[in-house]
Amino acid sequence: MKEKRDLKIQAIENGTVIDHIKAGEALNVLRILGISSAFRATVSFVMNASGARGKKDVVKIEGKELSVKELNRIALISPKATINIIRDFEVVQKNNVVLPSYVEGVVRCTNSNCISNSSEPIKSKFSVLQSEEEGVSLHCLYCEHVISEEIAENLL
Amino acid sequence: MLFKNRHVISMKDFSREEIDYVLDTAEKLEPVARGEERSRLLDGKIISLLFFEPSTRTRLSFEVATRRLGGQVLNLGSVEASSVMKGENLADTIRVISKYADLIVLRHPLDGSARMAAEFASVPVINGGDGSVHHPTQTFLDLYTIRRESHLEGLKIAMAGDLKYGRTVHSLCHALSLYGAEMTFVSPPELRMPPEIVRDLQKKKIRVKETDSLEEIIGDVEILYMTRVQRERFPDPEEYEKVKNRLRVTGELLKAADPGLKILHPLPRVNEISPEVDSTPHARYFEQAFYGVPIRMALLALAMGVIE
Ligand SMILES: [Zn+2]
Repeated sequence: MKEKRDLKIQAIENGTVIDHIKAGEALNVLRILGISSAFRATVSFVMNASGARGKKDVVKIEGKELSVKELNRIALISPKATINIIRDFEVVQKNNVVLPSYVEGVVRCTNSNCISNSSEPIKSKFSVLQSEEEGVSLHCLYCEHVISEEIAENLL
Repeated sequence: MLFKNRHVISMKDFSREEIDYVLDTAEKLEPVARGEERSRLLDGKIISLLFFEPSTRTRLSFEVATRRLGGQVLNLGSVEASSVMKGENLADTIRVISKYADLIVLRHPLDGSARMAAEFASVPVINGGDGSVHHPTQTFLDLYTIRRESHLEGLKIAMAGDLKYGRTVHSLCHALSLYGAEMTFVSPPELRMPPEIVRDLQKKKIRVKETDSLEEIIGDVEILYMTRVQRERFPDPEEYEKVKNRLRVTGELLKAADPGLKILHPLPRVNEISPEVDSTPHARYFEQAFYGVPIRMALLALAMGVIE
């Protein structure tokens, strides 16, 4: 059983492993981190892997340690994700993601009349709030529009 | 209180103490606004009125406020007509106008445009209305009118008409909540106050009541704030006709009102206040329009730092 899992999620020498991503959100994690074909490090990911706490996604970035600030954006869509910084095949740092209080250029404002959706030279800006009843919500700093359920759908 | 070089973008940026300070300043400037006293407070200053959509009332009011304080207006007129800015983005326009003027008043159809302008401006920006969200100078003048004509603390106010889309009432609700008002919302079911605003007020322990009948509440309020219901909001013209007559202030309705009741309206009105009301002591909407001048004088003078 252990061997099988190792095959799916091979160890890396140096880099970042983002574990316990909500199943199905791995691609959104890549988008949040701005990882596209122009990204030079090797990225591998597994979707719907079986973990101790049910299905999960895992993303590995080889040869690059992303900043905690960058990684915390993942909390917007996957608050239970963990971040492992790997050096020499060893986990040197393991953190839970923490919801940032502010995000810039990550999510599109869902108000079509918002200035951040026009051709002005600005990035979208949101303050991030979390409440027990409503979960994570983003408050547009330009138009004050609130996004709560459609965060993943509106990633830039 | 430090207002110098501060932008005026949203009511939510102001504490109750700061709002009171603006209202106090407006009151001091009222004789100047009425032309009874002269002032050179803005002598040598240039205020740019940058209007990307027509709003004659707001523009006139800023223009009068500037001139009464001895300042000059750089009136860019309607922006379509101005080749200076053709095809240019707002950010660049703001950067350019910042070099010409000492303060910018911006009116723009996109939500959040004033907030963005403030990021690019090297002079203070006053929001003269952006999209459907903010119009802080209107709210300041509404508060000023209420304070001058009635009182702010623990006010019993009814707001009637289009409460769903009316940004003036949303912003007014927020501001009045700082003074512990009791609010009644009168509207047809289609145009009710957005539930998140009602919830927010209740969280702040504000007493809120909702109804669709003016008759029911007219005897129990000190301020009646009327707004316009637009025909376009109703897909069925018959529905509009019904509503139009239900939410109408008439001499008959006012028989049941408190003698001290004051009626406000941001104007222009269509037919929600019948002309016979104009000559009653309840009607304060024309005075309310005038109060926009001392309020805008106060905001200009404070943002320019000529009053501290
Ligand atoms: Zn927005």
